[in-house]
Amino acid sequence: MGVVLGTFSMHTKQVTFRTDKVDDELEMTMVCHRPEGLEQLEAQTNFTKQELQVLYRGFKNECPSGVVNEETFKHIYAQFFPHGDASTYAHYLFNAFDTRNNGSIKFEDFVMGLSTLLRGTVREKLEWTFYLYDINRDGFINKEEMTEIVRAIYDMMGKYTYPALKGDVPKQHVDAFFEKMDKNKDGVVTLEEFVLACQEDENMMRSMQLFENVM
Amino acid sequence: MAAGVATWLPFARAAAVGWLPLAKKTMPKPPVDKKSRNDEILFVNVSGLRFQTWKNTLDRYPDTLLGSSEKEFFYNEDTQEYFFDRDPEMFRHILNFYRTGKLHYPKQECIQAFDEELAFYGIVPDIIGDCCMEEYRDRKKENQERLAEDTEAENATDTPLPPDSTSRERLWRAFENPHTSTMALVFYYVTGFFIAVSVIANVVETVPCRPPKGSKKDLPCGEKYTLAFFCMDTACVLIFTFEYLMRLFAAPSRCKFMRSVMSVIDVVAIMPYYIGLVMPENEDVSGAFVTLRVFRVFRIFKFSRHSQGLRILGYTLKSCASELGFLLFSLTMAIIIFATVMFYAEKGTKGTNFTSIPASFWYTIVTMTTLGYGDMVPNTIAGKIFGSICSLSGVLVIALPVPVIVSNFSRIYHQNQRADKMRAQQKVRLARIRLAKKGTTNAFLQYKEEGGFQGRGSDNAVCLKNRSSFEHQHHHLLHCLEKTTNHEFTDELTFSEMCMTESVGYRTSRSTSISSQQGVSTSCCPRRAKRRAIRLANSTVSVSRGSVQELDTLQVHKTSSGPQSRSSLNARTEDLKLNCEDRDFTAAIISIPTPPANTPDESLPPSPAIPGILRNSRPTSFTHETVKISSL
Repeated sequence: MGVVLGTFSMHTKQVTFRTDKVDDELEMTMVCHRPEGLEQLEAQTNFTKQELQVLYRGFKNECPSGVVNEETFKHIYAQFFPHGDASTYAHYLFNAFDTRNNGSIKFEDFVMGLSTLLRGTVREKLEWTFYLYDINRDGFINKEEMTEIVRAIYDMMGKYTYPALKGDVPKQHVDAFFEKMDKNKDGVVTLEEFVLACQEDENMMRSMQLFENVM
Repeated sequence: MAAGVATWLPFARAAAVGWLPLAKKTMPKPPVDKKSRNDEILFVNVSGLRFQTWKNTLDRYPDTLLGSSEKEFFYNEDTQEYFFDRDPEMFRHILNFYRTGKLHYPKQECIQAFDEELAFYGIVPDIIGDCCMEEYRDRKKENQERLAEDTEAENATDTPLPPDSTSRERLWRAFENPHTSTMALVFYYVTGFFIAVSVIANVVETVPCRPPKGSKKDLPCGEKYTLAFFCMDTACVLIFTFEYLMRLFAAPSRCKFMRSVMSVIDVVAIMPYYIGLVMPENEDVSGAFVTLRVFRVFRIFKFSRHSQGLRILGYTLKSCASELGFLLFSLTMAIIIFATVMFYAEKGTKGTNFTSIPASFWYTIVTMTTLGYGDMVPNTIAGKIFGSICSLSGVLVIALPVPVIVSNFSRIYHQNQRADKMRAQQKVRLARIRLAKKGTTNAFLQYKEEGGFQGRGSDNAVCLKNRSSFEHQHHHLLHCLEKTTNHEFTDELTFSEMCMTESVGYRTSRSTSISSQQGVSTSCCPRRAKRRAIRLANSTVSVSRGSVQELDTLQVHKTSSGPQSRSSLNARTEDLKLNCEDRDFTAAIISIPTPPANTPDESLPPSPAIPGILRNSRPTSFTHETVKISSL
């Protein structure tokens, strides 16, 4: 009889059981990381002490535990691009910042990356970009990797664009890119080809200067 | 967007370097950040309690008092601090909101005081964090209900009626609130008395009285003193009829009154008497007539008008009907099972009471509820075994679920309420989040329209001065993305319009390319005008080239609000009109009631766009304007 009753227990409402997600979250926040000293960071990067302070305060505010994991990173990056889906590109970006490949970005990684991008030489910036595009870190950019990146960028645009995204626009974009970059037409772009081709492009060089004063 | 996201913007912009090799076009120039980069500490004095915070912290939410230039009104030159004559305890929570991005509701504070503080500092309560949201809402609802109850009670009972109310209204009021006048009170007690009399008479008339002389049989009093009882019954029914008719006359909505439970009870209480009058003294019909007299007992329900408790009981039963239904259902199942078993067990016995399964129902019910009358008893061994199982399980079936059901009912009732509340809140919140998201997306499109990329010409500078630097930089970032992919962001509306017109072969690219490449000072207008032109074309459903040309020429002169109906448009356009026609200038001014001091609010903040949007929820003003112009 109890079985009969049990099977009909409260058909009106489903009682859901909370899983132990809370415990997992608690565990994660226990991991804490402190960055190296201010002087060391100042020596390693091209930022002043003041700038490092401002950066760290912001970083610490967002991530009290001192590390950013991929989920948080994606979430933060997605806030800047509400039109489309920024998660794929954020993934690649995360990997580019996570130089140690341990799945999380510490403040040092963050600040080193920023230093390269904002205060580095042109060569350093191009190297960083190459590193971003080279998904499997084999020293070559092939068409598949480039297509992934370009597709991720187009995903950020979202659906409502002008002109409308018809046909395989990313592919065309990649083809145009390879036209320009791949000097010896061997299907892959090496670092030297990349740097050379970029330095020849005046527009790009001019644009690079624009990002100096972001901080 | 969350507060802390502002700190990541430099990072996102730096990461834009990764787009450079892919960019099809040159990147736009970044906005010049005139403000000094040095972070300074601000002093805020709230009724003597001094708080210190970074300026950047407060700047995170530019649409609140502390984040905007409104705080300058509170700046004290002598002491070099911002002085607020408000509650310092509450200010702690407000400041924490800036620091952490989450607004918490302190449980020990009065909800109204908290709301007032939030209103003063320009913070919308909807951004209270999830941890405190439920408590906040509960308290607020409770407070509102209590206030509503109080005012209702006040209005209902104590306040005198307006002098020009009709007699009908006064009568209705007298019926509903007997405490208002002496007459009503008297009537109330009289009807109560007569209900009691009627019920007692019904009961007493069935009691056997001493038989009249010469007869041995005991008679019920009703038949002995027929006349007396009849007179009493008549009197009661007259009173009830009179009361019912009076109520019917006074009721503001007669149909609603007639459908209400109380009036149905009234009717059922007095009907039998009249039917009895009308019906002839026929032997055949009198049987049915007697049955009808049963309905007189319903008069006791008339007491529910006099008793609050009875009403609550009825409501409770109604509300837990599903639980009771479940109990009944499970009981029915058990009864059927055991009755079937008992019937087949006892089938062989001679002269058994278990003549059929429905007949066994009675035995099962009596046994399971542990009544055990003993009028039906099994004789076979199998029957006795099953009978004992039946009575044992009867204890379980009846006794156990009842407390479980009672507690379940209580728990589910509250849970249900909470779940419904949360669902309603969730829907509202999702809608608001969607709106905010749309707001942020639209902010960029609007920024583009206003010629945000036209460089630092003097006239444009005036247009755009009211945006925060965060917004400038964010828009620059989005613009870089556009240049990388050589596609532009649009909104859903324009996109669907374009799809429609492209399928009909309308050339839209021409006008757009002109506006985007030349960067003409009128660029703020043609893009929207192009959209307007598209809309006009669509609405007239004429694809003729002639009309297209007409619209093209009209473009530059005809401007209007954009098709996006965003509230942030409201203050925007008053900035824009330096390049556009005077007509639009005046039209725009007409539709904007907001004072200029409010403009800092309209800039979409890094904080959720919710505050900005909710504060200026006047999206319709612009759609009206659009309609106006299109009718020309």
